[in-house]
Amino acid sequence: MQKLRQWLITSDLASIAILAIVILVVMPLTADIFRLNLIGKYLSYAFVAVGLVMLWGYGGILSLGQGVFFGLGGYAMAMFLKLEASDPETTKIQSTPGIPDFMDWNQLTALPTWWEPFHSLTFTIVAVMAVPAILAFIIGFAMFKRRVGGVYFAIITQAVALILTVLIIGQQGYTGGVNGMTDLKTMHGWDIRDDSSKYILYYANAILLFAAIFVCRMVQRSKAGTLLLAMRDKEDRVRFSGYDVANFRIFVFCLAAVLCGLGGAMFTLQVGFMSPSFVGIVPSIEMVIFAAVGGRMSLVGAVYGTLLVNFGKTYFSESFPQLWLFLMAALFIGVVMAFPNGLAGVWETSVKPRLLRKRVAAAAQPKSPPPPPATLPTTEAAPASPSGAGTSGNVGPATA
Amino acid sequence: MSSSKRPEPPFSPDRRKFALGMASLPALALPFGAMAQSFPTAKVNTTGLAVTDKEVIVGQLHSATGTMAISETGSIQAERLAIEQINAAGGILGRQIKVVQEDGASDWPTFAEKAKKLLVNDKVAAVFGCWTSASRKAVLPVFEKENGMLYYPTFYEGLEQSKNVIYTGQEATQQIIWGLDWVNKEKNAKSFFLIGSDYIWPRTSNKIARKHIEGHLKGKVVGEEYYPLGHTNFNSLINKIKLAKPDCIYAVVVGGSNVAFYKQMKAAGITSAKQLLLTISVTEDELLGIGGENCAGFYACMKYFQSLDNPNNKKFVEAFKAKYGAKAVIGDVTQAAYLGPWLWKATVEKAGSFDVDKVAAASPGIEFKGAPEGYVKIHENHHLWSKARIGEILADGQFKLIAESPNLIEPDPFPKGYQ
Repeated sequence: MQKLRQWLITSDLASIAILAIVILVVMPLTADIFRLNLIGKYLSYAFVAVGLVMLWGYGGILSLGQGVFFGLGGYAMAMFLKLEASDPETTKIQSTPGIPDFMDWNQLTALPTWWEPFHSLTFTIVAVMAVPAILAFIIGFAMFKRRVGGVYFAIITQAVALILTVLIIGQQGYTGGVNGMTDLKTMHGWDIRDDSSKYILYYANAILLFAAIFVCRMVQRSKAGTLLLAMRDKEDRVRFSGYDVANFRIFVFCLAAVLCGLGGAMFTLQVGFMSPSFVGIVPSIEMVIFAAVGGRMSLVGAVYGTLLVNFGKTYFSESFPQLWLFLMAALFIGVVMAFPNGLAGVWETSVKPRLLRKRVAAAAQPKSPPPPPATLPTTEAAPASPSGAGTSGNVGPATA
Repeated sequence: MSSSKRPEPPFSPDRRKFALGMASLPALALPFGAMAQSFPTAKVNTTGLAVTDKEVIVGQLHSATGTMAISETGSIQAERLAIEQINAAGGILGRQIKVVQEDGASDWPTFAEKAKKLLVNDKVAAVFGCWTSASRKAVLPVFEKENGMLYYPTFYEGLEQSKNVIYTGQEATQQIIWGLDWVNKEKNAKSFFLIGSDYIWPRTSNKIARKHIEGHLKGKVVGEEYYPLGHTNFNSLINKIKLAKPDCIYAVVVGGSNVAFYKQMKAAGITSAKQLLLTISVTEDELLGIGGENCAGFYACMKYFQSLDNPNNKKFVEAFKAKYGAKAVIGDVTQAAYLGPWLWKATVEKAGSFDVDKVAAASPGIEFKGAPEGYVKIHENHHLWSKARIGEILADGQFKLIAESPNLIEPDPFPKGYQ
């Protein structure tokens, strides 16, 4: 019993299990389908936050352009769905039936060739991950090989986000412009707007999210994860030890991008449209806030952070339509000021040691000799050494 | 949740009126009750909408925050005013209207989320809302899927028609064709320079304008330029205009860009003394930002101006200013938003039901004689028959009515020959 309790408090697997229960059991049982669909949408943002934990928390690379990759994944999926929704029968009112409506409005008379492959679902699924990865590789290769980092890298990612927004809005004949791609209906004939499909998509999204968390956890526990931490804290030492710092950074940047792409695709499926308002600078920064609120060293914390921020957004905006932006700002400022390491940081530094102490005290009372693991709390409170890289809940020194 | 609970400032001038209205309530209570009894809830609401014996809940979905708030506030206010007036006059089928307001926050996905919340959770009988085309496009699938009713106030590009939407603003042809005929005939304009912000509405509008200029007026388009939303540097454009020397500039620039556009034009010496300009995107609301003195003498084609001289409009302007302050201005869209609740009321009463299917079916042919713009009627295609008007911009930020189409113009969201 005590062992279980200790495991629940200290193990990162336990924290993932608790999150799984919350997402897979508690939420579907307590929320109606409308709210559940909203939670599903939030969880699609959580992919980005999890990616940021790897990129920012572990890699020490702050990207303010993750919306780009989210958007690319989302648009790839939207293109597939839009093509399916634009069969000649439903679009017969157009000048050119059989092409998406926004193309018709912009006087396009044939489907552009680069749209053609998106008739295939397989191609689309590959593109959802590959397109963000390739773009991330190009940016990463160009930047990290030249040892561009820190603030400069953040600025460049912002520029990329801006460029892509302008591109999407400007090329409205090919992308739907400001309106985005709307009115997406079916996937291989399967109506994605039904209540039953909302449930299926919610679970698919949740399971993919856990898969993503496990992959990230694996990376954290591998040598690469240790090296990432080492690079974040003392880049030169790692370089002098003979490692190519840039390659690891490119890898983690691509990993985060792929996760964003997945999140984007799941977002499109659940919300039923994609628009450039997810690609720009503001949503990209908002995604960084998700990770910051949750704790940028904790994969599980990032998910909670995303949920908390978005719940707040929905709740405040429903309850105080005139005031809610101020309340959100207060939430962000409050969290960052009071808990610089986010929710996960609060758990690590305040809640966990207290729980453990209670356990120790409780164990101490009935039996007269105090149990040996009196050292436990101190080891937990100690700053993370590179060997602590594996435990996702651990808060490393905030020197990134 | 409902902003009807929003605290009012103490001692506001409305308070007294409100109290007076309340005092007259008991006298009217009997007919109300009788009215509600002759329309039992079970009969007028067969689809589980939020309708009780005493009240009916509607939704309001505009941007109260974000970049669009400045434009949408007028619509929020006008819809509130109409609903208040309807309630004071006895409500709809004996039921008072209660409003649930949601904030779209100038963000299209948020619009979709909130639309769904209003329809699925609040089960509102109708929604008055949206402003930009992008927000309408985002909520349209939601309204069609959940079978809701949306009253959309903005003039827009057309190319759309839905059972679930009533478009109370003009679609593109209603605003464009008559105005171009007017500048062609009255001002002898033959060559045109088309300018727009780069999104669907200006692009579609200019497409229709070009077809009309080239096909019907036998005129010439000497330039067509688009700038991103929010663009503020128009110097190169102004040089192009100076080189092309068009008889008429046709401007479909929106939002904050307008301010920069007209100020820079004035600075470059392009004023109404030397240049004819017709716009379909400047209303009294935009003039607040631009400043009437920066574009005085230019023309706008709308269906409504605050200065319209008719009894309906005088009453409307007076009521609006009494509620929102003497400095409030009313633009074309604000007036169109005001029509929404009234048209809905007339439709529900004709249908004898709040059911969305019945309201949608009863909509064609609904008239509203009390409209500030004058008589309007709903067409089979769910748009309004309305007039077009030319106004000259005055230095004080108002318009002087110059011309008015003799008849109501038929809405034609899918114009043949203009695609």
